[in-house]
Amino acid sequence: MTSPRAAVILFPGSNRDGDFVRAWRVTHGEVPAIVWHDESALPENTDLVVLPGGFSYGDYLRCGAIAARTRVMEAVRSHAARGGLVLGICNGFQILCEAGLLPGVLMRNSGRRFVCKMQHLTVETNATPFAGGYARGQIVKFAIAHGEGNYIIDPAGLAELERSGRVAFRYCDAAGRVGGDANPNGSLNDIAGVYNERFNVLGLMPHPENLVDPLVGGVDGRPLFSAISRG
Amino acid sequence: MKTRVTVTLKPGVLDPQGKAIEGALKSLGVDGVSSVRQGKVFDIEIDAVDAVAARAALTQACEKLLANTIVENYAISHD
Repeated sequence: MTSPRAAVILFPGSNRDGDFVRAWRVTHGEVPAIVWHDESALPENTDLVVLPGGFSYGDYLRCGAIAARTRVMEAVRSHAARGGLVLGICNGFQILCEAGLLPGVLMRNSGRRFVCKMQHLTVETNATPFAGGYARGQIVKFAIAHGEGNYIIDPAGLAELERSGRVAFRYCDAAGRVGGDANPNGSLNDIAGVYNERFNVLGLMPHPENLVDPLVGGVDGRPLFSAISRG
Repeated sequence: MKTRVTVTLKPGVLDPQGKAIEGALKSLGVDGVSSVRQGKVFDIEIDAVDAVAARAALTQACEKLLANTIVENYAISHD
């Protein structure tokens, strides 16, 4: 079986592209393509597009707002419409929301502070192209580093996300207790990540790509990348 | 034509920055401050045949980029 092909989009101000490259190399032994924001097409046969973390366009206007309207995002939109996989991490999640590829919006953390720490999450569903390497309800440890991770959506949208099982991860403590003090940013229903209707687009605030090496705190992020296969 | 677009958070949307400013104003002893909501102002010079055309273009600007209408309202004014 040939390895899946990944492409990571580079916007001015992205800074977690290298973290993804490392995670992909660890899990698939390949180096992903780097695609500049001004490109009009993705490399041929791309299976997975990653929008990395960082501060695209300096977070000007709103986080992810300007990146969401760049030329390459039209190609990403077409890729998603074809059923191709799209993963947005941190600023990438913000970009996906601003682009309308995922519902809702990420607002300033309710506690006003930039939060940078290890964070436990529950895996809410594993019947997806991204989460098949986890058990449903599994507690995993990823890293978080964001100032605008407070997930907001209108009540009808929230009800629809819950009804259709599109909440990917929720914030919890080490014992798996969801919410309360374990919610680092005020997100509605402790939501840390969501899927689109077809489950081929995933956005999440935490960084699975940082948890791929035991030397830096654990390997709970690996299964998310290992699970990606050829489309 | 000189125009101004004002983008504000919808009522009920949490505004931590506004809250922090509100707290600072109170600690400075500014009398009577009961609430602060932070927004954005865009002063935009636009070539348009008339105010109606300018307003149409700016509405497009707001819907496409300047406001995230999930959580923000916008208002357009001109000279």
